[in-house]
Amino acid sequence: MEMTQYLDIFIDESKEHLQAINQQVLLLEKSPEELTIVNEIFRSAHTLKGMSATMGYEDLASLTHNMENVLDAIRNKKISVTPAVLDVLFASIDHLEAMVLEISEGGTGKRDVSETVRDLEALEKGESVKPLSNQSPEKEDLSQSYDQYERQIILQSKEQGFNAYELTVSLRKDCILKAARVYMVFEVLEQIGEIIKSLPSVDMLEAEQFETEFKLALLTKESSEEVKQRILKVSEVQQVDISEFQENESVRESVEASNANSPGSIEKKKEETPAAAANSSASGKTIRVNIDRLDQLMNLFEELVIDRGRLEEISKVLKSGELNETVERMSRVSGDLQNIILTMRMVPVEQVFNRFPRMVRGLAKDLGKQVNLEIIGADTELDRTVIDEIGDPLVHLLRNSIDHGIEKPSVRRAAAKDEAGTIFLRAYHSGNHVFIEIEDDGAGINRQKVVEKALENGIITKEMADNLTDKQCYELLFASGFSTAEVISDISGRGVGLDVVKNKIESLGGSISVDSTAGYGTIFSIQLPLTLSIMSVMLVEVQKEKYAIPLSSIIETAIIKKEDILSAHNQKVMDFRGKVVPLVFMKEIFDVPSTMEDSQHVPVVVVRKGDKMAALVVDSFIGQQEIVLKSLGQYLSSVFAISGATILGDGQVALILDCNALIK
Amino acid sequence: MSNEQKIIIFQLKDEEYAIPVEDVKSIERMQHITRIPRTIQFVKGVINLRGVVTPIIDLRSRFDIEESDYTDTTRIIIVSVGTIEVGLIVDSANDVIDIDTAAIEPPPEVVGGVDAEYIKGVAKIDKRLLVLLDLEKVLNPEKLGVLNPLESSK
Repeated sequence: MEMTQYLDIFIDESKEHLQAINQQVLLLEKSPEELTIVNEIFRSAHTLKGMSATMGYEDLASLTHNMENVLDAIRNKKISVTPAVLDVLFASIDHLEAMVLEISEGGTGKRDVSETVRDLEALEKGESVKPLSNQSPEKEDLSQSYDQYERQIILQSKEQGFNAYELTVSLRKDCILKAARVYMVFEVLEQIGEIIKSLPSVDMLEAEQFETEFKLALLTKESSEEVKQRILKVSEVQQVDISEFQENESVRESVEASNANSPGSIEKKKEETPAAAANSSASGKTIRVNIDRLDQLMNLFEELVIDRGRLEEISKVLKSGELNETVERMSRVSGDLQNIILTMRMVPVEQVFNRFPRMVRGLAKDLGKQVNLEIIGADTELDRTVIDEIGDPLVHLLRNSIDHGIEKPSVRRAAAKDEAGTIFLRAYHSGNHVFIEIEDDGAGINRQKVVEKALENGIITKEMADNLTDKQCYELLFASGFSTAEVISDISGRGVGLDVVKNKIESLGGSISVDSTAGYGTIFSIQLPLTLSIMSVMLVEVQKEKYAIPLSSIIETAIIKKEDILSAHNQKVMDFRGKVVPLVFMKEIFDVPSTMEDSQHVPVVVVRKGDKMAALVVDSFIGQQEIVLKSLGQYLSSVFAISGATILGDGQVALILDCNALIK
Repeated sequence: MSNEQKIIIFQLKDEEYAIPVEDVKSIERMQHITRIPRTIQFVKGVINLRGVVTPIIDLRSRFDIEESDYTDTTRIIIVSVGTIEVGLIVDSANDVIDIDTAAIEPPPEVVGGVDAEYIKGVAKIDKRLLVLLDLEKVLNPEKLGVLNPLESSK
């Protein structure tokens, strides 16, 4: 079929649109009256409908069509956004996602959506809720003070046929999102004129630092009745009083005195309009590139780097000025090129974070808890490969926080906390690493319970339990076969737990730690390398062979004397800062052909796995280097104690040691 | 329409072997091979093939022919089987010819002492006897699964 060539594009774009809808519906939940959000959703749903109809996915198209109808009704204020409406919308999105997923797996995208369609239709026909507008004519005089500049604008615009009104807008007493209402009022007014002054100031209004009333000065060509009606369309606005601006003599005088100033400067005041909400969807131009091609590019580039190394060698030998200059130039250019290629593989962590708000909402609802998810630093960039892998561990940790961390509202109230718990999901760069933190303000880790559980499961012994520091105690959470939830829920606590998370993160070259304050919350902090393909290593030589040891597992390097090697029951050991550390002779482990004579001084690299240590005996240190990680390929997938390979400057391959395999 | 097949002929000790040309990615000169410790005997190590780390197998060793020193004529034939890319060390790469598929006969019971499982057939062209290899069986990735486990770190 002709269509198949468009299938990939269809799937990709559908996913993007669904993601957008998802996000916007979540936003809509927070500010149900925001029509721009409805418009966004409508647009995405509409595109989705068009695409799926073209591709012949009828169920997808019919469901989106019904969604569109409901959204349209919301847009036209026939129905208002209630939790019931949102739930149906979310259910529709679930169906849509499932269908798109099925299509991407080669299915037909068929699915029984009749129930949801029925719900949507019911909603569409449902009773319309009229915006509230009850009036009680009671007037209050708040004096607005204008500075000279503002007065001047008022006078000038009056001369140009504008009306100047002073408005007093009162919101209903039980209005929850006052700032949102204010914003909506502003938006309505911006459409018909110019707001030149507000009292309290815009900042304070946005911060909800006012009771229920605020005053505005408006320049418009509309009549006062029209203005009033428009404002009353915004729901939860109780009352609007409008009065014509009264100029007094002093105003006119002062204005005339300074009338030489530029006329028509109304526009300048525009900056006062609230810059809130309305996120600009300014996206740069992008193209899709298969990641394989980027890998190829990277490979070719590395070839170039190796040749560059050779050229540098040659130019050193030849000592030709011109050659030197060219080679140096090439080095610089290729350095820049390297940066670009590496950043090309970087993707904002947003891609992973995007799906969390939805998930958190669902989970919290299922568990009868109230949870706010705050995402910070979603634009932090990570290598594509890391992004692909990090999703599951994060889901796990989030579930964990919601299930075990955040308490039920009743418990929270008893503890004098806000009923709604907050989870912070933070991502930020630091040095060569990216940190992701998940912090909740829940109950914290119950040390006693952790220790009991660990004893019960035989992870620690009684004596160990007494000597644990808090930190060590929390680390027990990552031990395998550990799950503290008293009730096994289907959200977390299925026995496989944090140890899986820990393994995953370590396999990505990262680390995870946890800290907690009883009663105040828990913070999980994940440290990840910026990119998987580049790592810092220490190059060492074993006889004539070169090996790379990841810096992340090295504690220290040392040169010890032969007589310092001790023997403990046939195991060679050494004394390292008061600790007995077993020696691992690389030459023997790797059966390296012997070409060199034994020396009296033995270079060792002390490496660690968790809190266990070992000293690797090598023959010489070459130095520290940034290398590009390469896999050994499918053919050699399970080589002992080797995690991969890299290509050195001279074009040769060096193997990367997997220290974890060397320490039992 | 004759069923012709293009094959690459290479030499191991005194015999000529052949593999289909479409399985061959390139033929490389001998270069530095990085040894991989604790892997099976015939895996000599890995090389840097234009930025891709490629495993290298010594075919002599694979076929239990006594190993010899590498010479100027020694070549590495890079073959790709399925998703796997591997280099084969051969004494020399001799020729690329077309053969009629009808000329290929099933392998005789015993050919030069080599276990017959990885031999697809034998072809006689003029006076030359060519042994056609079944690359998949030659590489035999399953066999690689049996790597020497590490007895406690000594």
